[in-house]
Amino acid sequence: MVLFWVALLAISILIYLLLDGFDLGVGMLFGLAGSEAARDTMLDTVAPVWDGNETWLVVAGVILWGAFPLVYATLLSAFYLPVIIMLLGLILRGVAFEFRHRAARQFRWIWDVSFVGGSFAASFMQGVTVGALVEGLKFTDGVYVGGVLGWLSPFSLSCGVGLCLGYALLGASWLVQKCRSDVRDTARRQIPGLALAVLAFLIIVFAHALIENLPIMHRWLDRPYLFVFPAVGAAAAAVLVSSILHHNDRWPFAAVAVIFVAAFGTLALSFWPYMIPFAITIDDAAAPHASLAFMFWGEGLFVFPLMVLYVAIGYRVFRGKVGGTAGHY
Amino acid sequence: MDATALLLSRIQFGFTISFHIIFPAFTIGLAAWLTVLEAMHMRTGRPVYQALFEFWLKIFGVAFGMGVVSGVVMGFQFGTNWSVLSKMSGPIQGPLLSYETFTAFMLEASFFGVLVFGRKRLPPRFYLFSTAMVSLGTTLSAFWIMTNNSWMQVPVGYVLQNGYFVPDDWTKIIFNSVVWSRFPHMLLAAYLTGAFCVAATGAWYVLRGDHYAESRVMLRMGLFLAALLIPVQLVFGHLVGDYVHDYQPAKFAAIEGRWHDEQPASEVLIGLPDPATESNKYEIKVPILGSIIASSSLTSKEVGLTDFVLQDRPPVLIPFVTFRIMVGCGLIMLVFAWFGSYLSIKRRLRRNRAMLWAIFLSFPLPFIAILTGWYVAEVGRQPWVVYGLLRTADAVTPFLTAPAAMTSLVLFGAVYLFIFSFGTFYIYRLLRAGPTRLVVEPPHGASPNRPMSLADPELIQSTYPSAGE
Ligand code: HDD
Ligand code: HEM
Ligand code: HEM
Repeated sequence: MVLFWVALLAISILIYLLLDGFDLGVGMLFGLAGSEAARDTMLDTVAPVWDGNETWLVVAGVILWGAFPLVYATLLSAFYLPVIIMLLGLILRGVAFEFRHRAARQFRWIWDVSFVGGSFAASFMQGVTVGALVEGLKFTDGVYVGGVLGWLSPFSLSCGVGLCLGYALLGASWLVQKCRSDVRDTARRQIPGLALAVLAFLIIVFAHALIENLPIMHRWLDRPYLFVFPAVGAAAAAVLVSSILHHNDRWPFAAVAVIFVAAFGTLALSFWPYMIPFAITIDDAAAPHASLAFMFWGEGLFVFPLMVLYVAIGYRVFRGKVGGTAGHY
Repeated sequence: MDATALLLSRIQFGFTISFHIIFPAFTIGLAAWLTVLEAMHMRTGRPVYQALFEFWLKIFGVAFGMGVVSGVVMGFQFGTNWSVLSKMSGPIQGPLLSYETFTAFMLEASFFGVLVFGRKRLPPRFYLFSTAMVSLGTTLSAFWIMTNNSWMQVPVGYVLQNGYFVPDDWTKIIFNSVVWSRFPHMLLAAYLTGAFCVAATGAWYVLRGDHYAESRVMLRMGLFLAALLIPVQLVFGHLVGDYVHDYQPAKFAAIEGRWHDEQPASEVLIGLPDPATESNKYEIKVPILGSIIASSSLTSKEVGLTDFVLQDRPPVLIPFVTFRIMVGCGLIMLVFAWFGSYLSIKRRLRRNRAMLWAIFLSFPLPFIAILTGWYVAEVGRQPWVVYGLLRTADAVTPFLTAPAAMTSLVLFGAVYLFIFSFGTFYIYRLLRAGPTRLVVEPPHGASPNRPMSLADPELIQSTYPSAGE
């Protein structure tokens, strides 16, 4: 039962990363777009899906609360300011979708700013959170003692930047897949720069982990099989390079998505069996059986698969490039 | 943690939930109203029902979107500000809230898409079914939330193990008798909100001399429904009061403004509770009525606040005042709904401009009643967050500092006021434009997951040239 909920939690987080990742990425690239037409097209690629994407954050959140209350309570309170700023960022960018084209032309910039700023704030704060987790929060006897700003460090901030770059890369490859002409070409030109930046970032993180001798490093040395993930990631990176060189529209997104899955897998397995490294394990955190079973027989067994199916159908309906025949994607 | 961080967290929670509840209150009622309209349209085939359906569906879209956005915040605030509570009660509250999210996601999101796209493509029966499913989704969502909150008011079916409230009987938690008076009370409140907003819109159009057929339907249906529901609501209000009397005597005493034991007890109608002197200033009371209301008896003894040690007493002023505002709103609504229905049956309502104005201006009443009702319930529960088991002061995130809490509160205040003004302005614009006879195609880019897109500006501009002037 505990394993079941760990798996569902991991799947929900991964779905969230991939789906909201690209639409947050598009949100940040939106700021760089040259023309009003390009901005409209970019919005069109994410407008039908962003809200559904974000719901996965709520799904992951409530699974975490119901199945692992200790982790829910500890993480959300330890990351007080990052979580709240992330939520506000998500609200601002969410309503910007709707209010932007409603505003009079001279006020449209307000919603453009809140769209870009909100996307940036949410991505950055998510990166900071992951970074602080990798670096390790301060615990004494299983109780968080780092205070309100315990997450703040040069390393976690740089992870915030790193995740922004990663999401932007995912967003750019999404645009390549979904757009034609100008927007696609701009995005394709952005990909090499973003990819190099992400690579540089990964190297810095790795070097930092080595130099600071972070506990997480020992995991990698103890568990050599973990290097499968970076290897998969590297292969995906090769696919990305070749698909960019050959001007292929479909592969870049798949390649970047695989890189994300590889990164997620690396982290998840190097944390295992901890949920908050290296203080709270899955078993410490799991809710009593009565809670897990109650959730299992309804939402776990029936609703969750339906939801995944629903997302898959949704993306099939909206497949293909935007901006063709009006009203259809 | 210092005392101000606690206070700021409470203000923040109260502010964000008050903001949130405004939208569900409206959408639960509207979803039911849409279902009725669609059913009427299927039965009678009259186009006016379809025009109204399309019109209110757009408004529903905007309100629903705001409800979702503000609801997401609520789901995380338990963890950020109330980490001790969310850890201890996570095994119970977490699963309940996760059912809320899952059922809402499944029913609201998927069938809402059908409402947007399906009018032309689906058999009318299935379209009606989808409308009903959206309505069921919002209702179920309210059910889980009320179950959750009722567990905090009257905790049952748990055992306390290593600092966790471990569920040992889910049927007790879900079929908690308290849920079955509070959930209907909330649901009726939402339906009344829908009914009054619809009637007020109808009255507005009559005053403007617009939309003859639609305003007629809206006024009649809104007023008749309200006229029927308000008495039922008052009965459930009484039942809710009964549970408070039985399980939360201190809250009951605060609501009644009763400082000392009385036998038989009198009922304070109005007054100004003063904790310093433990008495009410300027009070007007009716002898014996207090015992009748509380215990249906002429002689019962009712407990006063001074029976409780100071640290177990709730604030008195807020529950006392907000309760009277809620009941007052209910009574005013009763008068408007009954008198309005009477005039409507006599076919005199359209000429009675004073009454039309009164109905038009009464739309805030149900919202005020809902907010004040929640203030009675939540402030009256203090100093407990889980009644009798966990104090609010012990539930707050222990290391939260006042500057951090202040920062988040200010940010919430700024962002919410900003988007709230635009959201309500937008709903206002839709309402002002009024319904149209056109059967509107789903706008470009509208989608199941993007409810607000229904109300696309180009579309409004093209279908209602007067919009946005
Ligand atoms: C009586 C009704 C009621 C009450 C008291 C609350 N809500 Fe709510 N909530 C709803 C009724 C509702 C709803 C009708 O189901 C909403 C409003 C609009 C909507 O789309 O769903 C919703 C949306 C909504 C969402 C978004 C769900 C989605 O993505 O579809 C979340 C996460 C919450 N709520 C969470 C909460 C929490 C944590 C609350 C308490 C602290 C709370 N709500 C109080
Ligand atoms: C939507 C309707 C609701 C409204 C308007 C409302 C209102 C409030 C208010 C005004 C407070 C502050 C009380 C004070 O500080 O004295 C509060 C506190 C609180 N309420 Fe609610 N509430 C609602 C629903 C809920 C629900 C559904 C839950 C739980 C599932 C809940 C849990 C809490 C908690 C944890 C606190 C914080 C502790 C406290 O300050 O009392 N509330 N609420
Ligand atoms: C005679 C009329 C009424 C009485 C006696 C009454 C009684 C009560 C009582 C005692 C509570 C507190 C429950 C608690 O502490 O948990 C309450 C809460 C509430 N009331 Fe009323 N009420 C009346 C009318 C109304 C009306 C007209 C509305 C709205 C249209 C309304 C909406 C609410 C809401 C939303 C709550 C909070 C939810 C809850 O605690 O169940 N009430 N009511």
